[in-house]
Amino acid sequence: MAEWFVAKASEMRDGDRRIVTAGKREIGVFHRDGAYYAYSNVCLHQGGPACEGMITPNVVDVFAKDRTYQGQVFGDEMHFVCPWHGYEYDMKTGECIGDRRQKLRKFEVVKRGEDIYVVA
Amino acid sequence: MDMPRSDVRPVDLDVYSQPKHLEHASEQARARNYQDFLIVDVDSHHYENESYMEVFEYIESPVIRREAIEGASRRTGMLNSQVGYQNTGGRIHRQKFRGREKVPSGYKHKDIAQTIEWMDAMGVDYCCLFPTPMLFLGLHPQVEVETAMCRAYNRWLCERIMAHEPRIVSMLYLPFNDPDAAYRTVKDFADKKGVVGFMVTSPRYKPVHDNAYIKTYALLEEIGKPIAFHAAYSWDDRALQMTNRFISVHALGFMWFNMIHMTNWVINGLPERFPKLKTMWIESGLTWAYSLMQRLDHSYMMRTSDAPTLKEKPSHYMRQMYFSSQPMEKPDDLSLLQATFKQINAETQLVWSSDYPHWDFDLPSVIYDLPFLDETAKRNILGGNAARLFGLDLRPVKKIP
Repeated sequence: MAEWFVAKASEMRDGDRRIVTAGKREIGVFHRDGAYYAYSNVCLHQGGPACEGMITPNVVDVFAKDRTYQGQVFGDEMHFVCPWHGYEYDMKTGECIGDRRQKLRKFEVVKRGEDIYVVA
Repeated sequence: MDMPRSDVRPVDLDVYSQPKHLEHASEQARARNYQDFLIVDVDSHHYENESYMEVFEYIESPVIRREAIEGASRRTGMLNSQVGYQNTGGRIHRQKFRGREKVPSGYKHKDIAQTIEWMDAMGVDYCCLFPTPMLFLGLHPQVEVETAMCRAYNRWLCERIMAHEPRIVSMLYLPFNDPDAAYRTVKDFADKKGVVGFMVTSPRYKPVHDNAYIKTYALLEEIGKPIAFHAAYSWDDRALQMTNRFISVHALGFMWFNMIHMTNWVINGLPERFPKLKTMWIESGLTWAYSLMQRLDHSYMMRTSDAPTLKEKPSHYMRQMYFSSQPMEKPDDLSLLQATFKQINAETQLVWSSDYPHWDFDLPSVIYDLPFLDETAKRNILGGNAARLFGLDLRPVKKIP
């Protein structure tokens, strides 16, 4: 395992992301709501750049108490989307939304002083 | 811990380049040695609407030509369309950003440049190119508009695209709502460079067994070029109107019309009447064929009098047809997929397709990585079967970046 430099903390604002080539691996590093998350940039579906697409809240069907459909809203779970086909992943866990038993490989992110590293 | 050098880049969704977008596909192509063997994509697309002003100039009727040109910049024009948010709310962003890309120079047309660029990136040698919005033209209320637009598009495709690029071929659009025009299309275009067959867009309401089409089938059989049925949906279809999400109309619609055409084709004995006519079924996936074979066989055994021309069960005829692979359903239990491959004689009858750049495209790896296929079967499905059907050279010509 090695620590691979990602960015100066001051250069990676909340909402930013970086793609880090760490040896033969590509890793997407996200800075979101004060936390850092790092996942393999290879989609579980057909190998697309999983961490390089849209970041979006989840979509939720709304039902009334009587279970009638009332429309759709954005929820509070953040997803990132593989731009090849739209596979969505949970930002906090790397779980594939269509089948949460499948997960992107997750990597540890460490902060040393002002420098951010991903461990891979 | 040591601290090696890492390469770090930001992600800017506003900056798009196709080779960059497909960089992982190129990695797959290199890792799997696609350079060593032929890959033919039997179903890929361009956005012909971006060249409509060029295409409209080929419309032979001056009245329809003016209608098309004058309507082009208006909110409603001469051509029909479909509701369909294929980019999944912007999640699939190549459709949104591709217009900003710098087109490679040195090509006669931007569609050639962009097509060759993605073909090389994926490891594809030849592609069969089809239109995009025109897939719905069979639903146009004016038969004469489909006929005029189809002829204009076919002439434009032959003269402006395929005449200049041997790696791009096509099965030309047949104006199926006008049977005489369909016949003329085969007569007039069969010998043009790059024409490897003819294609019917499936969403339409003309039964394929109508006597009006018999002379066209006979001509196609005589010249030895296949007829293909390219699936699409119609949210205006009475049954599909009941669906309320794009996932639903797309999943069902792309099977629906081909299931009807296939059923009519087989039950009316067309494979017996045209035993040498090759047929291909495009973009319905594979599960529909697996299901329909069993369904029709089951009914046929009880109702042979409804299909007296058949000498074999319906599945016998279907198994001799060609099926494009995309979108290849991949069940958790791969033995189901293996059974489907067996059912359709995949090793000789399945032909790989990408459907790129559409939202649910497939890479060659969907075939190459299947654990139950040997190397020969993989290469047949990825290119050999199509090359033999289309008469293409088996030597690879791509340049994987």
